[in-house]
Amino acid sequence: MTEVTVPDGSRLLSLVPKAEGRQSMKDFKSDQEVRWCPGCGDYAVLAAVQGFMPELGLAKENIVFVSGIGCSSRFPYYMNTYGMHSIHGRAPAIATGLATSRRDLSVWVVTGDGDALSIGGNHLIHALRRNVNLKILLFNNRIYGLTKGQYSPTSEVGKITKSTPMGSLDAPFNPVSLALGAEASFVARTVDSDRKHLTEVLRAAADHNGTALVEIYQNCNIFNDGAFEVLKDQERAQEAVIRLEHGRPIRFGADGHKGVVRDPATGDLQVVEVTAENEARILVHDARAASPTTAFALSRLADPDTLFQTPIGVFRSVERPVYDTQMAEQLNAAVEQNGKGDLAALLAGNDTWTVVG
Amino acid sequence: MTSQVSSPAEQTGGAEGAEGAEGAVVGGPRGSQGPGGKEVRRLDRVIIRFAGDSGDGMQLTGDRFTSETASFGNDLSTLPNFPAEIRAPAGTLPGVSSFQLHFADHDILTPGDAPNVLVAMNPAALKANLADVPRGAEIIINTDEFTKRPMAKVGYETSPLEDGSLDAYNVHPVPLTTLTVEALKDFGLSRKEAERSKNMFALGLLSWMYHRPTEGTEKFLRQKFAKKPEIAEANVAAFRAGWNFGETTEDFAVSYEVAPATTAFPTGTYRNISGNLALAYGLIAASRQADLPLYLGSYPITPASDILHELSRHKNFGVRTFQAEDEIAGIGAALGAAFGGALAVTTTSGPGVALKSETIGLAVSLELPLLIVDIQRGGPSTGLPTKTEQADLLQAMYGRNGEAPVPIVAPRTPADCFDAALDAARIALTYRTPVFLLSDGYLANGSEPWRIPDTEDLPDLRTRFATGPNHTLADGTEVFWPYKRDPRTLARPWAVPGTPGLEHRIGGIEKQDGTGNISYDPANHDLMVRTRQAKIDGIDVPDLTVDDPDRTARTLVLGWGSTYGPITAAVRRLRTAGTPIAQAHLRHVNPFPRNLGEVLKRYDKVVVPEMNLGQLATLIRAEYLVDAQSYTQVNGMPFKAEQLAKALEEAIND
Repeated sequence: MTEVTVPDGSRLLSLVPKAEGRQSMKDFKSDQEVRWCPGCGDYAVLAAVQGFMPELGLAKENIVFVSGIGCSSRFPYYMNTYGMHSIHGRAPAIATGLATSRRDLSVWVVTGDGDALSIGGNHLIHALRRNVNLKILLFNNRIYGLTKGQYSPTSEVGKITKSTPMGSLDAPFNPVSLALGAEASFVARTVDSDRKHLTEVLRAAADHNGTALVEIYQNCNIFNDGAFEVLKDQERAQEAVIRLEHGRPIRFGADGHKGVVRDPATGDLQVVEVTAENEARILVHDARAASPTTAFALSRLADPDTLFQTPIGVFRSVERPVYDTQMAEQLNAAVEQNGKGDLAALLAGNDTWTVVG
Repeated sequence: MTSQVSSPAEQTGGAEGAEGAEGAVVGGPRGSQGPGGKEVRRLDRVIIRFAGDSGDGMQLTGDRFTSETASFGNDLSTLPNFPAEIRAPAGTLPGVSSFQLHFADHDILTPGDAPNVLVAMNPAALKANLADVPRGAEIIINTDEFTKRPMAKVGYETSPLEDGSLDAYNVHPVPLTTLTVEALKDFGLSRKEAERSKNMFALGLLSWMYHRPTEGTEKFLRQKFAKKPEIAEANVAAFRAGWNFGETTEDFAVSYEVAPATTAFPTGTYRNISGNLALAYGLIAASRQADLPLYLGSYPITPASDILHELSRHKNFGVRTFQAEDEIAGIGAALGAAFGGALAVTTTSGPGVALKSETIGLAVSLELPLLIVDIQRGGPSTGLPTKTEQADLLQAMYGRNGEAPVPIVAPRTPADCFDAALDAARIALTYRTPVFLLSDGYLANGSEPWRIPDTEDLPDLRTRFATGPNHTLADGTEVFWPYKRDPRTLARPWAVPGTPGLEHRIGGIEKQDGTGNISYDPANHDLMVRTRQAKIDGIDVPDLTVDDPDRTARTLVLGWGSTYGPITAAVRRLRTAGTPIAQAHLRHVNPFPRNLGEVLKRYDKVVVPEMNLGQLATLIRAEYLVDAQSYTQVNGMPFKAEQLAKALEEAIND
C-alpha cells in the first residue's frame, strides 16, 4: 500500500508505464467516426494530439482523456485510450479524482471556452491552484458551437449572436490571464492551424509536473468563422503574433522590428519599434520566473477585440508542489507515524466494556 | 440495546414506557444508605437533559456523561440539540444548546420523551426547555445567571425561582458559577477563565447524583488540555468540586443508582458510538472488505462534515479524502476515482444532494459504483441545518433528469450506520451503480452502545475488474464491450484504466447496448432505459421481517430509517397495554424487499410514521395500491414514543 515516490527534480511522467514497442498515430485513433463539422478546427487539434502521443511512448491503457460538454468534448471518443465524456463543466473535478487516486495514469482534460470558463469556471480555477497533475486543453473558439451560436465568456464585447441581437454586454475572460491569476504553474497558448507550434506546446505541457493549461485558439467555421484570422493570415500574422520562447528576447514582426519592453514608469509592458538605443531593453522571456507578474503583463498585450499582438507559446512553467504527490506522501507519512491501519483496533477504540454471558 | 431487537424476548422485556406515562422518575425507593449517609434509590432508567448557552459546553458535558454511562454498562441513547450558529447571541432562546441522555438497566430505544432531570445553566435554557419537563421532575438551576438582565432578555419579568412558577418541580437552586470560581481560586485564573469550568462542576454534581464513574472524565480532561496543564487541572478541580458538593450539601439528599444493563446486551465487547462515526468506520471496513482504496470527495456541510473529518484521520488505511471546491466537485472527484477503481464516496446533506444531482445521473449512465451519503436535515433550501428530518427520500428516489433509478439504503440506529455502509457498498460494487445511504441528523449525532464486530465476520465485498475481452464478433475477433452485462446482476464490467486491451470510452450520452458506443437509436434507448431500471429492481435485498408476536394484530406500522427507535418504543407501549400491533422497518427503500407487497396485504391497516409529509407512504401507495396512512412530524426533532403510541392507538381504533 506504500505510495510510490519520485525523487526531487524527476518527472511525474516517469510514474506512467511505458509502451512496449513503437507506437504510431494510428494506435491512438479509435474506431469511431469523427462527427465534427467539416472544416472544424477540432480536426487539426485531434490530429496533432494523435500524432504527438507516440512521441510520449506511454502505455496507451494508462492514458485517459476526460471531457465535459461541448463540441470539443467529443474528443475522448476519438482517442483509442481510456476516456470519459462527462457533464458540462465538471471534467476538471472528475479528472482530479482520477489523477489523485491513480498516479500511474496520464490524465488529460479536453474542454472549451464555455465548458471551462462559464459553467465549469470554479473547477478550472481550483484545479489550477491545487496543481493536480492534469493536462488541460482548452479549445477556445469564442462562441458556443454545440448549442448553435450563442456568445461565450471569451466572446468580444458587442458580439452579435442569437442570444445577443443587440450585442453582447459581457466583458470577456482572457483565459491565460485567468489561469495565471488562479496560481497556475503552467500556462500556454497555441493555435489549431499551427501543427508544429501546437505539438511543441503539448510536449512542454506533458512534461510539466502539475496542472498544465493550454489554451488552443480553435476556429469554429460555422458560428464564428475567422475569429483568429488575424493570427493565421500569412500577411498579417507576422505583425499580430508574438511568439514567446524561453530565454529569447520578445521580438516579432518582419525581421523582428517590434519588441516588448517594460515601461520604467508603470512597470507595465509595451510594444515598441526596436531601435539601436532600445534594443538592450527588449524583454527576455523567462517562463520560469517565480513571479507570475510579467507573464500576466504579457497576457494583457493583445487587443481583446482584434487579437492584434497576441503572444503564443509558454507564458509560465514553474515547479511547485503537486497536489497528488503530496496527497500520496501524506498517506505514507500516516503509515510511518501510526503504522498500517488496523481495522479491529480502529473499531474497538479506547473506551470499551465487556458483557459476559 | 437498540440495534439488537430482533428477538421477541428483547422486544417485550423491560418495556420502555411500561412505566408511568408521564416519564416521571421511576422505581420506588429501596432505602439503602450511601457512603455519605445519604439515601440511595435504585432506578431502572433516567432521562437527563443538560441545557445552556451554546458557549457553555453542554455538548461536551453530555458527551462526557454519555461516555461514563457507557463504560458503566447501561444501555443508552442520546439526543444532542444545538443551534446552527456557532455562538448565537449569549443568553437568548435561539442560542440554547442541549444534550439529552436516556440510560437504563435494560434495553432502550430512544433518547426519551421527557427529562427526569433538567440542568438549566441560564434563564434562556430554563425557558426553552421547561415545557418538556414533567411536573415533579428535578431541575438544577444555576442561580448565578438569574439576574435582572439575563432574565429580561428572555422575557422573565419576575424570577421563576421566586414567583412560584416552578412550584410543581423539585428545584435545586445552585450558584454553579460562584461555586466554580470559588473552587478554582487558587489556580491563578481570571474570573472569566474560571467560569468556563462551570459545566464540569455541573457534570461532577450529576455524576455524584447518578453514581457515574469519574476516572474517564479526568483522563479525558488531562488529554484534551495536555498543552495547557493548568486548564486541565482547573477543570478536574471543578469536576471534583461538583461531585463533592453533591456529597456534602443537604439540598441533595438522595442519589440514584441505575444498574448496568447486563441482561439486555448479548455477550461481547461494547463501545459507545455515534451514527456519523459508525458510518465512517463502515466505509473504512467496506474498503478493507472490498480490497479497494477508499476515496472520499466531499464539501463541508452540516450534519455530514464529521464523516469527512473522521475519514481524514485515517490515511494510514490508504484513505484519500479530498475537500473539494463545491458539492459538485466533491462527487465529481469521487466519480473520477470510481472510474479509476476506487471505492468512491461522497458525503453531504440535502442541499448538497440537489447540487450533485446531475453527477448522480452521470453515474447512473456510466454504471460505476459510487456511494452518496446524505445526512438529511430540515429543508427545503438551507432549512434547519442542525435538526433532523427524513424529507430527502423522494429527492434520492427521483431527484434527477430522465429515468435514473438509484438504490436507497437507510440505517435505523446510530450503530446500524456501520452495517448500512457495508450494505450500500455491497450493492454499489455488485451492481456497478451509485447508491444512496440516507442517514439523518438524529442518527448522525445521536449515540448508543455498539457491540464491536469481529472483523473476521464482516462480509466479503471483493469484486472483479475486467481483465480481457468479453465478446466475440461474428468474424471471430475477440473484443471488449464495456456495456455487455452479467446476465444475473445485469452489471456491466468494471474495466479500470491501466488494463491493456480494454481501452474504452464512456459518457453521459446514450450508449449502444453492449458496445457502449454513442447511439441515438430509439429502440436502443428504450432498451437501455428499461435495462437500467431492471438492474436496480433486481438488486438482491433481504425479505422484510415482521414483528407480530401474537399474530393477532390487524394494524401494521411500517417505518424506514431513524424512526426505528421511537416506533419500536411506541409499539412496546401498546403491547404492554394489551394492544396488538405488528411492526416492520425498511432498510431498503429502493428496491423494496420482494415480500413487501404481500406483507402489506396481510393487515387491515398500514400506518407509516415519517419525519416528512408522507414520502414513503406515497411510494407505498403508488407501488402497492395500499391505503397506507401517514403519521408525520417535521419539527426538526425525532418522534416521541408516547406521542407515537397515542397516534398508533388512535389509528388502530379508528
